[in-house]
Amino acid sequence: MTQAASLPHPSPRKLLLMRVRGHRGLLIGGVIVLFALILALAAPWIAPHDPYAQDLSRRLLPPVWDPRGSFEHLFGTDALGRDYLSRMIYGARVSLLIGVCAAVGSGLIGTTLGLIAGYYGGRVDAFVTFFVSVRLAMPVVLVALAVVSLFGGSLWIVVSVLGLLLWDRFAVVVRSATMQLRGQEFVIAARAMGASTPRILLVELLPNLVGPLVVVASLEVAHAILLESALSFLGLGVQPPTPSWGLMVSEGKGMVFFDARLIALPGAAIAILVLGINLIGDGLRDVLTPEGRS
Amino acid sequence: MSVLSLRGLTVTIQTPTGPFEAVRGVDLNVARGETVGIVGESGSGKSVTSLAIMRLLSPRVTVDATEMRLGDIDLRTLSERRMADLRGDRMAMIFQEPMTALNPVLTVGRQLTETWLRHRATGKREATERAVDLLDRVGIPRARARMNVYPHQLSGGLRQRVMIAMALLCDPDLLIADEPTTALDVTVQAQILDLLAGLQQERGLAMVFISHDIGVVARIAQRVQVMHGGRTVDAGPVGDLLTRPQHAYTRALLSAVPRRGMRWGRERLGAVEWSGDDEVTS
Repeated sequence: MTQAASLPHPSPRKLLLMRVRGHRGLLIGGVIVLFALILALAAPWIAPHDPYAQDLSRRLLPPVWDPRGSFEHLFGTDALGRDYLSRMIYGARVSLLIGVCAAVGSGLIGTTLGLIAGYYGGRVDAFVTFFVSVRLAMPVVLVALAVVSLFGGSLWIVVSVLGLLLWDRFAVVVRSATMQLRGQEFVIAARAMGASTPRILLVELLPNLVGPLVVVASLEVAHAILLESALSFLGLGVQPPTPSWGLMVSEGKGMVFFDARLIALPGAAIAILVLGINLIGDGLRDVLTPEGRS
Repeated sequence: MSVLSLRGLTVTIQTPTGPFEAVRGVDLNVARGETVGIVGESGSGKSVTSLAIMRLLSPRVTVDATEMRLGDIDLRTLSERRMADLRGDRMAMIFQEPMTALNPVLTVGRQLTETWLRHRATGKREATERAVDLLDRVGIPRARARMNVYPHQLSGGLRQRVMIAMALLCDPDLLIADEPTTALDVTVQAQILDLLAGLQQERGLAMVFISHDIGVVARIAQRVQVMHGGRTVDAGPVGDLLTRPQHAYTRALLSAVPRRGMRWGRERLGAVEWSGDDEVTS
């Protein structure tokens, strides 16, 4: 495809942009996630009410599409009279914050382990592989249960637990990609130019791993968000009154037969956000793999 | 004084079936401004020799030599850190595959300036100037624009020129070219050979030129060593070796090269016997 001296050839960045534009799933996922991001970042300005303000005289008000509903509370209020829409908007903050922080923490751990294992191989690799197996043998929910009962639940505890538990996929993917790259001539060429091992790992190899890393990271964000919801639903995650979608489902579950929206709305929010992130992850995988596309 | 003095180089690789000596007692001396060619078939130990000089072999491979010096630096006892300082600065290497020897995700300019900044404490601007200058010198048109290009956007010949520019960036004393033209087509091959010969004359480089192609080596080298089974089987000035090969293996190699005026069907090209054993029967 590339011609020798044709400089006006589209730059890799432009090519990437063209591929992104042609990928419908990626665009849909992007719109969903962008929407959630705007909600999360601008929550104080968008939310019509204080998500923590209780008003027992206005509890369980119906949403606007109900004949008895009003525009004052678009999604109605919950059992404590808090504006449901405002709580959902603030809930996006918790979900995205936990998702991104957990993925970043896991990414750092997993990438480091994977790079070292893949580059050095041998005994180092055997140790890391063993470490990954140990991690895979640990049930995340049980570990979280133990940690929360020891330290008490809070947003940062959940972030730390998930950040310390979701690195296995990063490690496995980075390890195998590094193993493939290690044997390539540019690695020994870099060494022949005087590069040290840390330099080879960080400057030569890591940029080659950006594609798979971005894909795993996006899938891991979705994974963390789902886990946070599950933990909060079980009462092991974010503690009330913090607005979290999982917690809202949990608080609404007693009312499920009288007022389904209390569960349906946050449940749908979780599903749509996770779907959006997964669409981005799959899309990025399609767009970022130049192999076989020469 | 020679830039590279190597005596009695022995490289032993541990294999599941026991130790294997890939190189056994090779001597190599290269003076300033001189090109020494190393010729041999696959597995003769040419590349292992060059990697041993650069100390780029895996630590599991044992390298022994009675002498291994770059100028007056003893390469055998140098710490890994000091060795890394020498690589790319005092001694550089060009590889066979320009497709894979450049990092695919970094721009050409980035790779060049990184190498320069690794060895010289200068600012980024000076590194860029130096890189553009070198790209220009190795005959890359529109060098400044090419700094922002990724390796896959260049042809094989241009990529090999970039490799040469990178190797010469810090003005090394010794340049090891490991089959630098093998992956290129014939016309480009001739250009790269001329370029290397010119740069070598201009800078008074000591060059080790490794190839399996005796014709290519004859064009560029003043002296040739023929390697087979990890040993130097024949050595001498390039003219003598081609016209009066001393060793049976060299004669066999030469007979495998087509000559002008060979008659189709009447004469056969010689085949180089692989004795299975690493001893050469002469």
